[in-house]
Amino acid sequence: MSSQLILQSLVSGILVGGIYGLVALGLALAFGVLKVLDVAHGELVMLGGYASFFAFTYWGLDPFASMPLVFVVMFGFGLGLYLLLFRYVTRTEIRTRIKNSLLISFGLVLVLQALAVRFFTADERTISTAYSFEAFTIGPVRVPVVRLAGLVVAVVAAVALEWMMSRTRFGRALRATSEDWTRAALTGVNVRRVYLIAFAISAALAGIAGSMVSLGYSVSPNIGLGWTLNALIVVVLAGLGSMRGIVVAGVFLGLVESLAGVWIGGQYREVAALVLFLVILSFRPQGFFGRAHA
Amino acid sequence: MRRSVTVVATVVTLGALIGIGIFSDSQHILTLSIQTMVLAALASSWNILGGFAGQISLGHAAFFGLGALIARELWLGGTSLAVAVVVAVAVTSVTSAVVGVPMLRFREIYFAIGTLALGVAVFITAGNLWPGISSLPAEALRNYDFTGPYFMALGVLVVAVVVSIWLKRSKVGLGMMTVRDDEEAAKATGVDVFAHKMIAFVVSASLAALAGSAFAYFSVSYYPNFPFSVIWTLEAILVVFIGGVGTIVGPLLGAVFFIVGRDALPTDIDEFQVVLFGLLFIVVVLLLPGGLIEAADRLAPSKKRETPRPQQTNRQQDKGKELT
Repeated sequence: MSSQLILQSLVSGILVGGIYGLVALGLALAFGVLKVLDVAHGELVMLGGYASFFAFTYWGLDPFASMPLVFVVMFGFGLGLYLLLFRYVTRTEIRTRIKNSLLISFGLVLVLQALAVRFFTADERTISTAYSFEAFTIGPVRVPVVRLAGLVVAVVAAVALEWMMSRTRFGRALRATSEDWTRAALTGVNVRRVYLIAFAISAALAGIAGSMVSLGYSVSPNIGLGWTLNALIVVVLAGLGSMRGIVVAGVFLGLVESLAGVWIGGQYREVAALVLFLVILSFRPQGFFGRAHA
Repeated sequence: MRRSVTVVATVVTLGALIGIGIFSDSQHILTLSIQTMVLAALASSWNILGGFAGQISLGHAAFFGLGALIARELWLGGTSLAVAVVVAVAVTSVTSAVVGVPMLRFREIYFAIGTLALGVAVFITAGNLWPGISSLPAEALRNYDFTGPYFMALGVLVVAVVVSIWLKRSKVGLGMMTVRDDEEAAKATGVDVFAHKMIAFVVSASLAALAGSAFAYFSVSYYPNFPFSVIWTLEAILVVFIGGVGTIVGPLLGAVFFIVGRDALPTDIDEFQVVLFGLLFIVVVLLLPGGLIEAADRLAPSKKRETPRPQQTNRQQDKGKELT
């Protein structure tokens, strides 16, 4: 095994992991704050991907230029989803909340997937821009520009989210709500509004993750489950409720898959990651960064 | 009163199903019936773990697929069907007991995510190991007869229902429902939580394997990883909740509703059906947690309800905790 191959797969793994982290950020926010498990998160990524694909195809908008637009559109979509569906779930007690959100978002998976097939066809779509295949080389290692951009977007999004959570008034309300919504409500936090905005931000983050997916990977109606599963793994690895470790856990997952691809064979890279995930979950259910019994 | 109604309904349904199997020549009706019975059996098996014991598994297709795989390989390899099915179920039950040890340590959401990860890992592995399509040999295809698969599916369904009824009435089943409703309270009253989850897990997996072997016997050709697909898990959950989670009749009613409904809807837009069922499922979870069974009960409120259902107890608990 040449060291160059390993070095290359390390770099690829880190870059892929950036996208995993980006997809997982929104899921972690929804779970951490609302205690809602949205398994349709991957479908929101898919919709974001289509939004940016169509903006590129019809208006010639570069995916980076359309990213704010996708953010706003998916933010609106998130508002709608919350008001229509998740609003009713957040009224219940935590255990029922998790179970029911799992179930209704699973129904949502079916609906969004079928609608995507109906309106966007089952074709795989990828945005190819002038820079899509550009890469710069550092020594023996090739770094594709679009994937590096994905990692950069992930880090920027994570820092922005962290800043919002720790420095803004809304972020304080958000943290209070995620710790104990009853006490937050008693101290005057408008819990429903916090839920609404947090869910919308979660959907918007899925949207910009979708932009990056349509650029560096491809979008089709059935990509959702794969991204959701990856995101779930990342969120659990980071520790449920922990926002800080998300990108790190994403990069970890990317690295595991990439190295497993080299050592075990490409067709078993996901299996290796899933098995390793189950093993880690068995021995450290609170994740890398979570507190025990949190 | 209620009991005699149940007995009559059971006898009539069973008689009708046997009658269809003997007298019907319509391939369409036979195919639909077999699909319904296989799905109903699979849904009943999920219901034992998810509805009785309260453990939401998203990896159920792994056991359905394993049963299908083993039964099909042995049967096409020349083993008699009965032996193939017995081996398939036996191997799956042992496998599920082994897998259950780490899986059942995960609680609630971790269990759902863990079983999903397991299911996807098994699906990918099955696709890698058995990439080629599995078809019946030309000889068998020429003499294909629906009667065999039909009565096998019926038999499988009867087994699944009988096991469900027996479990629901037994002490073990009561223990499972206690675990579902409140694990801490179950522990405090001396219920061995892990053992009850394990029994539910193994019984549920074995019945899924049985349903899988019926699928393997019925199907003309498919890719061996198809029964491992998460679609089966999703359809089973959909059917269970639409019918009525935690009940005996719910999964059956849900399966009939699902397959017949899908057949009756216009086929030119497949996606339309999925959207409709997806929305219906969401509506059921949000507004009618007891499923169609509860809807029927509400329409005929004079009948006494036998046992409280899981969602309702939750809802009552939640009442005091609603956001205002």
